Amino acid sequence: MEALGHTRERNEEPSADGAPEASNGAVAPDIERPVLSVENLSLWYGAARALKGISLRMAEKRITAFIGPSGCGKSTLLRCINRMNDLVDGVRIEGRILFEGQSVYDAKLDVNALRTRIGMVFQKSNPFPKSIYENVAFGCRIQGIVRKRDLDPIVEKSLRGAALWDEVKDRLHESALGLSGGQQQRLCIARAIAVEPEVILLDEPCSALDPIATARVEELMIELKDRYTLVIVTHNMQQAARVSDYTAFLYLGSLIEYGETQKLFINPAKKQTEDYITGRFG
Amino acid sequence: MLPSRRRSDRTGRALTWLCGGALALNLLLILGLLVLLAYNGGGTFWPKPLTLLTLADGSKVLGEIERRESIPGEGGAPSPGSRIQLKVGNRDLSGADFLWVDESKIVSRQTPGDAIVLERMEWGNFYGFPRALRKDGTVLAEGAGSVALRLGPLMAAKRLETSSLRTLERRDMADVNRRLEQLRLERRHVERADLSDADRAARLAALASDTAAWQARYDALAADLEARRRALLAETLVVEAASGQSKEIPVGALVRAIRPNEMGLWGKSAVYASRIREFLLDDPRESNTEGGIFPAIFGTVMMVLLMSAAVLPLGVLAALYLREYAKQGPLVRAVRVAVNNLAGVPSIVFGVFGLGFFVYAVGGTIDRLFYADALPAPTFGTGGILWASLTLALLTVPVVIVATEEGLAAVPRGVREGATALGATRLETIWKVVLPAAAPGILTGMILAMARAAGEVAPLMIVGMVKLAPALPIDTHPPFVHFERKFMHLGFHIYDVGFQSPNVEATKPLVFATALLLIAVVTVVNLAAIVLRNRLRRKYTTSVV
Repeated sequence: MEALGHTRERNEEPSADGAPEASNGAVAPDIERPVLSVENLSLWYGAARALKGISLRMAEKRITAFIGPSGCGKSTLLRCINRMNDLVDGVRIEGRILFEGQSVYDAKLDVNALRTRIGMVFQKSNPFPKSIYENVAFGCRIQGIVRKRDLDPIVEKSLRGAALWDEVKDRLHESALGLSGGQQQRLCIARAIAVEPEVILLDEPCSALDPIATARVEELMIELKDRYTLVIVTHNMQQAARVSDYTAFLYLGSLIEYGETQKLFINPAKKQTEDYITGRFG
Repeated sequence: MLPSRRRSDRTGRALTWLCGGALALNLLLILGLLVLLAYNGGGTFWPKPLTLLTLADGSKVLGEIERRESIPGEGGAPSPGSRIQLKVGNRDLSGADFLWVDESKIVSRQTPGDAIVLERMEWGNFYGFPRALRKDGTVLAEGAGSVALRLGPLMAAKRLETSSLRTLERRDMADVNRRLEQLRLERRHVERADLSDADRAARLAALASDTAAWQARYDALAADLEARRRALLAETLVVEAASGQSKEIPVGALVRAIRPNEMGLWGKSAVYASRIREFLLDDPRESNTEGGIFPAIFGTVMMVLLMSAAVLPLGVLAALYLREYAKQGPLVRAVRVAVNNLAGVPSIVFGVFGLGFFVYAVGGTIDRLFYADALPAPTFGTGGILWASLTLALLTVPVVIVATEEGLAAVPRGVREGATALGATRLETIWKVVLPAAAPGILTGMILAMARAAGEVAPLMIVGMVKLAPALPIDTHPPFVHFERKFMHLGFHIYDVGFQSPNVEATKPLVFATALLLIAVVTVVNLAAIVLRNRLRRKYTTSVV
């Protein structure tokens, strides 16, 4: 159980032990220089309010997990960070999200440039119907890196970074759709890190994978946090416990509790959190 | 027990048989069609034996037996016997190509070895017996044997000369003609241009001297051509028909001379191959009833390709807008219904639209703006291959739009989101990810559109298809591709040859052969597209998990 051990060791480091505060406006634990901070964010799908005044900060080069029952708004919150909700009709947002001090909903901001700095991996692996090589190179190509001698090292590095290189190095130019589910998901991670983002958002990245593929992706996430800030949405509490440094529990669009993972799982401050993690509902 | 279950089982089994039967019937009909076409069309070119019949009244006829049928009895009486149809040729002597002979009146049948079939440039086939070879009244050879010996090499030489004459006509004469036409247009241009009188006179004089020089060249070429034509026809073959009439036929006017009764399988195969080659690669003769159909094949294929080049961008862009950009609502739904209905509009209506819009409006405008000197003779303001292709593109664009829309709709949302999350703009997402993923679907639409376009005849009859086009739309004269030219088409050729020709009986086999060829052309074009689509499909979608 390398993953667990790793997590524990990590958890001892941030000793800044800010006491978790109440739900709304809760930004605890104390994170001095957050990469991302959500400030009083609310979101409506038409008339239905999906997020209710959420505030939290995410630490650099750490894994933050959002947990909660289905429909609690954890994916919606994640998709606000790189503005994927822009693609959905009838969405209204209030509040702010600051990425390195700049609001991501700033009208002057180039949303496509933002997305190259905040990458995303989806619940269902979604490789493009292209070759493995072209999948990884895609992000670079649209940024204007087109020469093979520039792309080759990026593709190799990204695939190595996603622990996929050894499995696919002999079939780089075959269709990505021929890979297994777990390989496809790691390819999507390779694709995301190929553009050198600062943050990677993972939306239930293992929910469609078998336990072995899940374990590989989890190991990968822990490796990746040396270089990237990771935010993961998961409905699997064990997974959150295994990999994350901080965990936020959301319920019905509200942030119920946010804190260091170990603390939240061992000694939750809120009754609802305790009920959820002990399996009484959800 | 469960009676209802049993009943449904029985109906289910019956239904299965019904469905299978319907499919089998369809396949059988298609197979029957192909076999019929292949048998009738393919058999046309095989050399048939020549039969010499001696009739009861002492007369003799020579020809190929076409078919045999029993004579219908009058008023329900039993059939008085059977009769055979003979292709006797010799249209210039007897006036008719075919003859029905009562079998009861036949005294004897022979297949004489020296009977010869002469395929001529004009007047159709001649069936008879070779007697002598003459030139300017002197006899070169006499008797079947020595004529046969001399005829072969002589015909080969004549064929060479014919083709060199054709080159002279098609290239050298055509060049001079083109130059003369240009000079005429320049003269008209100068006459109408805003010039001082002296200037105009000087330029007109220059043009006139140019014209005179080219006219002299034309005359010299024409005289040369005339002399060589006379020389080509100098040698004549004297043949005797079965009726005893004698006929002198210039050797230069012969296409082929064969003695089928003496031929072995190998010889017949050689004739068969040479006839098929002629059919596929030569120009038609004798108002399309003989010779080849190459211009029609060329016209059909070129029109389909032009149509594809027009319909693909048009259909794909329209579908992209409908599916990716337009806000889905009642208006878009209405447009979609309208597009689907467009596919059901009778094709002749599109032809009328093409004539009114492309030919008269667009073509007329182009003529006024760019070809004013040639008016009143229209250049683009008349039917041509470009307008025909565009008309067919309009006809088939609904098919491409519908197929493309389906292809686009089948691209998973996740793929679009994946591209967006990597920082791709909407345009980049559509152009680099969605469209390639939808390519197989788009090509399916293209295949359907091409199949439909290749078989369409009615609208083309009023926007540029002709019975006999003087020149191909592509040649060696700049600008090499002549979009304004009229063209021939296999579908129309079938109609023309089968139902409009003066000699329907003789051309019936050609109808089958042409129909077979049309199917073959459509199949080849479609196969090419299908191979391309499958390659794309393999490249992009191997077993989605």
